[in-house]
Amino acid sequence: MLMFAFQQTSAVADHVPLLPYLLIVLGLVAALLTLPLLLGRKTKNAVKSASYECGVAPKGSARQRFSVHFYLVAVLFILFDIEAVFLFPWALNIQGLGLAGFVEAVVFVAVLGLGLGYAWRKGVLDWQ
Amino acid sequence: MEVLERVAFYVMAVLAVISALLVVVNRNPVASAMSLVGAFLAVAGLYLTLNATFLSAIQVLVYAGAIMVLFLFVIMLLNLEREPFDLPGIGRIAGFGLSVALLFSLISLALGAVARPETSARGGSGAEIGDVFFSDYLFPFEMASLLLLVAMVGVIVVARRRKPEEEEEEQA
Amino acid sequence: MSDTQVYYLAFLVKLLVVFTLAVGLVPILVYAERRVSALMQFRWGPNRVGPFGLLQPFADMVKLLCKEDLVPERASKVLFTIAPALTCIPPFLVMSFIPVAPSFALAGREMKGVVVDSPVGILLLLALSSLTVYGLAIGGWASNSKYSLLGGLRSSAQMISYELAMGISVLAVLCVSGTLNLSEIIYRQTQFFGYDAQSGNWAGWNIFAQPLAFVIFLVAAFAETNRLPFDLPEAESELVGGYHTEYSSMKFSLFFMGEYIGMVGISSVLVVLFLGGWHFPGMNSLGVQPGTLPFTLLGLLVFLAKIGVLLFFFIHVRWTLPRFRYDQLMRIGWKVLLPLALLNVLVTGAVVAGS
Repeated sequence: MLMFAFQQTSAVADHVPLLPYLLIVLGLVAALLTLPLLLGRKTKNAVKSASYECGVAPKGSARQRFSVHFYLVAVLFILFDIEAVFLFPWALNIQGLGLAGFVEAVVFVAVLGLGLGYAWRKGVLDWQ
Repeated sequence: MEVLERVAFYVMAVLAVISALLVVVNRNPVASAMSLVGAFLAVAGLYLTLNATFLSAIQVLVYAGAIMVLFLFVIMLLNLEREPFDLPGIGRIAGFGLSVALLFSLISLALGAVARPETSARGGSGAEIGDVFFSDYLFPFEMASLLLLVAMVGVIVVARRRKPEEEEEEQA
Repeated sequence: MSDTQVYYLAFLVKLLVVFTLAVGLVPILVYAERRVSALMQFRWGPNRVGPFGLLQPFADMVKLLCKEDLVPERASKVLFTIAPALTCIPPFLVMSFIPVAPSFALAGREMKGVVVDSPVGILLLLALSSLTVYGLAIGGWASNSKYSLLGGLRSSAQMISYELAMGISVLAVLCVSGTLNLSEIIYRQTQFFGYDAQSGNWAGWNIFAQPLAFVIFLVAAFAETNRLPFDLPEAESELVGGYHTEYSSMKFSLFFMGEYIGMVGISSVLVVLFLGGWHFPGMNSLGVQPGTLPFTLLGLLVFLAKIGVLLFFFIHVRWTLPRFRYDQLMRIGWKVLLPLALLNVLVTGAVVAGS
């Protein structure tokens, strides 16, 4: 709030309050993870600790190869994420950078728009 | 540096080194990847001690939040299991020697009269980075978009599932 | 007590208030969800334990704590255990960056209405929401069960797809606000309300300047929290329970805690970015002096009311809309929301840069 005098603080001092908060959260999560071990019953048997496959005995490892499409989505995500990151500094100073800055940002987005269009046409954005 | 920054630096540095070690020591590749996320978070903390707030947030957003997700997907896709323990072969010994040499050269660089990282006089906020991006570094900035485009086209060409009619074309 | 001690004590109280807000809303939401869904379907819902069934969530809690904690034999034990923690810690941390109330003067210093007043707050919120992906992906993988793995992969792919649209819609808000600090983003929305003759713009809450960004963010928020109509990762009809198929006892409920706190978190972000945070027009003319504790508490109440409305909307939508198919979901994310968000940024940029 600007009604208070501007206090010069360092980046570290700004983020230090996260530490006690994080400790409280970690404490709660740790407690919730350990309590059932003390309170819950422990009767193990082979059927109970088998993976669930609708009642049928599990067949083979679950870790089989899956669609490469997930990988494609992850790569496209990274590339567009980096695009957004490059645009953040522009968005923050949009008036200072003026029309020239806007044109430069449009060029930047347009080049990546080509990429999106390419992915679109090649059917990468369709899920089979 | 003030006391707080000094303490934060050492805590983050130790955390970064420990999690980096865990990346190498873990036999389970998924656990290694998670340790690398920890290392990236610690490095983000180190950026904070340099007052580079924007860079620090980007480190978490891009490295810990995006790139490592891809790593994880690739590890799962390739179905990497636990790394078997082998006796060191020639390749490993050579690799070890190289990394020791690299470590020593880094230490000597750090101790020598090399310019240390300093807090920029202009500060590390997003708006200031924007100023520099759109004036001094405009060309690299626009080139970055081209680089991303090349990466995008490349991955689609390599990994996409071809339509049946295209398969036939390629075989013909 | 010295001034410094008073200040730190107040800080501790604030910390606990924010933490309690995050934890305390979970049982309330669970109860509300069950009651609202029951009323929408002409049922009663929980009404046995305590008055109006109000104690039902606590009874559930006790039950879950006393359940056997199963770890499947073929699971990766350590990763299987930390995955639920990984899903529920980031949403908790989100709450520490949210300015839930205006600041007030205490012992000659400023006591902020936020635990961590980060200069890059909004970026850290986006980063935290992307860290939530790990819990789901790791949980699904570590279970070593086919349903879990597929559910985990689907939910991570879904989350990262909608994160993009979310991040880029935030970009448009930043074009208007010009700062990454959440307290300042709110402050700029409180300054003026209505038609500003000086700049020729409608000023006020960002939702009026950025309605499209608000809609995109809202849709992405549903996908990010894995709520219906985007709850495919746990689509019972095809994937059993999705990534948490193999989980039982408290580990199972940690995933749910994560989901509900995530709802609280994302509603808070929506309120901060688009709905003016703790502010409502005419708040300053109520006779409560800004910068004092009563004003802060008033702001907190306003904030709670706003997220309450959004949370009710979340629950209402869940029992109104059918579930999307996975290909529809990916199409909406990549072919509708992403191009729209990019276009919105460019149009906003043209308007702001031109003025």
